[in-house]
Amino acid sequence: MLSLFKSNTFGHGVHPPESKEATRKLSIRQFPFAPLLHIPLTQHLGKPATPVVREGQEVARGQLIGQPEGYMSVAMHAPASGVVKKVGLMPSISGQMVEGVYLEPYPSSGQEILEGTPTEVTASKEAIVEALQGAGIVGLGGAAFPTHVKLNVPAEKPVDTAIINGVECEPYLTTDHRVMLEQQEDIFLGIRYVLKVTGAEHAIIAIEANKLDAADALANNLPPDLAAEVKVLPVKYPQGAEKMLVTALLGREVPSRGLPLDVGAICINVATTAEIGRLLPHGRGIQERVVTVTGPGVEKKGNYRIPIGTPLRFILEQVGAADDISRVFMGGPMMGPAASSLDIPIVKGTSGVVSLTERETGKVRTQPTYPCIRCGRCVDACPMFLNPSELGVLAANSAYQRMADEFHLMDCFECGSCSFVCPSNIPLVQYFRVAKSSVRKAAKAKAS
Amino acid sequence: MTSIARTLEIRTSPHINQGASVDSIMRNVVWALLPASAFAVYAFGMGGLLTLVVATGSCVLTEHLLCRVSKRQTTVGDWSIAITGLLYGLTLPPTLPLWMTAVGGVLAVSLGKFLFGGLGFNPFNPALVGRAVLQAAFPVAMTTWQDGFWAGRFTTVPTSLLALPFTKPTYDSISGATPLSAWKFDNQLAETSDLVFGLTSGSTGETSSVLILLGGLYLISRNMMSWRIPVAILSTVLVLSGALYLIGGDGYPPPLFMLFSGGLMLGAMFMATDMVGSPMTHRGVVLHGILIGTLTVVIRIWGGMPEGVMYAILVANAFVPQIDKLIQPSAYGTVRASS
Repeated sequence: MLSLFKSNTFGHGVHPPESKEATRKLSIRQFPFAPLLHIPLTQHLGKPATPVVREGQEVARGQLIGQPEGYMSVAMHAPASGVVKKVGLMPSISGQMVEGVYLEPYPSSGQEILEGTPTEVTASKEAIVEALQGAGIVGLGGAAFPTHVKLNVPAEKPVDTAIINGVECEPYLTTDHRVMLEQQEDIFLGIRYVLKVTGAEHAIIAIEANKLDAADALANNLPPDLAAEVKVLPVKYPQGAEKMLVTALLGREVPSRGLPLDVGAICINVATTAEIGRLLPHGRGIQERVVTVTGPGVEKKGNYRIPIGTPLRFILEQVGAADDISRVFMGGPMMGPAASSLDIPIVKGTSGVVSLTERETGKVRTQPTYPCIRCGRCVDACPMFLNPSELGVLAANSAYQRMADEFHLMDCFECGSCSFVCPSNIPLVQYFRVAKSSVRKAAKAKAS
Repeated sequence: MTSIARTLEIRTSPHINQGASVDSIMRNVVWALLPASAFAVYAFGMGGLLTLVVATGSCVLTEHLLCRVSKRQTTVGDWSIAITGLLYGLTLPPTLPLWMTAVGGVLAVSLGKFLFGGLGFNPFNPALVGRAVLQAAFPVAMTTWQDGFWAGRFTTVPTSLLALPFTKPTYDSISGATPLSAWKFDNQLAETSDLVFGLTSGSTGETSSVLILLGGLYLISRNMMSWRIPVAILSTVLVLSGALYLIGGDGYPPPLFMLFSGGLMLGAMFMATDMVGSPMTHRGVVLHGILIGTLTVVIRIWGGMPEGVMYAILVANAFVPQIDKLIQPSAYGTVRASS
């Protein structure tokens, strides 16, 4: 394991083409309001928020429309001033219909946002945790885990380091990159909140070497009284994954099925940190987020600040889509789920909208699938040091429980590296998703 | 502003891939074997050419017909059978009657590959299965050699090649033994430089170490072959035979002779590295290589036969499932051995 410490990265991993060139230099631009916003009440991991508006009601931009339902839930705010058309089911990226609020923005909806009660950095830990939940803040890197739960570290697990994750290792995406260049004051203020809540001694802003401009800018502007430093890591996927990042920066290995907390660290996405610094001092909630809209099927590629609830169709109409777009996915190409409908909206966890054309997808579609030739590339790629080939054979025989018991299936976080390198074109990570959900279901059935 | 009304394709992530596919890897292995094959034709003339053509042809045709018979789509397009055929041909003596070559090819594919379920499922290297069958069935024909570089080799077909099935082949000129049998039975040593450049007798493709190495280096540079396996085999052979030579003196062959003689280079580069028949992990392939190197030295020095690479690889193939069971990658976050 010596090499891990020497090279300041994690073991294994892959190098997909970065594809960030088209948007990395483009400043964040405000996106217009769609004629109808689809705002799901579950945009986070946990319980859906409870709607507090009804059909026909007028709401102001920034007004609370969904109340958190218990601790594992966050608030939802109106992304625009307008009229609630309906509270009901809407399509979501998961493929299931979920409850949400259909909001029709006023044609002249202004840009001013309703302010609430500010929460300063000097407030108590409990007050800040409550404010985070009230602001509806979740991990903007994609997982959408409620931030107040993550930062509210239990007293028996002290944290020494807060890792501000600006790695953005997924190809195509440049949102965190732009936020780091354009919202430095928000990030620094956000770090103060994070340090206050978690009790961590210092923060490390982690950035990959393909964003040196952002690393330089942050390092040069770092306030002298802020206990934070910027660290540059070599480019490798999936370095943005929490466990990989903890190992890369601190040389600590998070125990199987454990959290960075277990080794004295927490990881928080840099855009989430910026949102904390931007929203909490004004008592506001999240109503929009920065999204990279890109891919060969998109004409006006860019980094846009898009209101939550904006349907994909409206986005693609605004930026111009190629005639032969064939696939749209949300997030990066390694982990982002494909959209089954263009009515699916931008949610808090959406970092990118990438569109491919027939030219790219046709090539993949016609690529034949071969039996596993045991080349071992997947074994060399897996950042969790699992054996995807062996797991694939077991999955084909539906031996799901054995995959979990003997081959650490549940440690797979579906980064897609194994499928990416497989010369036989075997959909390994998809096998593992199915296997994991089956094992979870079995465990649930056993428990009840 | 266009209205978008296309059908969206739903596929699970990842949406991109590295681009290497089984057929492209296999095709590159065939390219890598071409220098050694060309040298086989140059050194042995029609004997080399016809052996390679019949070997490759019989393997490819057998695979195609077996797929047809079992009502499967033909798997000839994945190129793996082309490697098997070419490799099989490269391991045969350039004087072998062509009907034997064809029979061995049919058996290599049917017994060595198809019976186990085809690509990805064959535990033993099919090319070596074919050769092993011939070695058992026709021991004399498989050990009758001919020197290369004779005049008129490009225009005359050696008589033995055209022997009718089940008749005793007649040889134009029984020639010098291979360097290994010369050492074993007559205690004669070949020049190392002759071994490196392929000026000795031997199987069609095993004689020129330098061209085989070249092909292997090409594949390694393109990340299509594990460098660990040949390095482990060759260094094991070097260390073991070196130790014996130092201790035992003249009774043992010098290590460089061991390294460049016989089928070691071809076996280490192209047969032991067959992905299907080698372990999955880095530590596993090193163990695999050490096993092959050790067995090769043991068979060559103490065995009844002058050459042992083929059996060493086949035996090691049999151990692969055990090695893979024994050596698994140790998962991140568990107590890990150093890897």
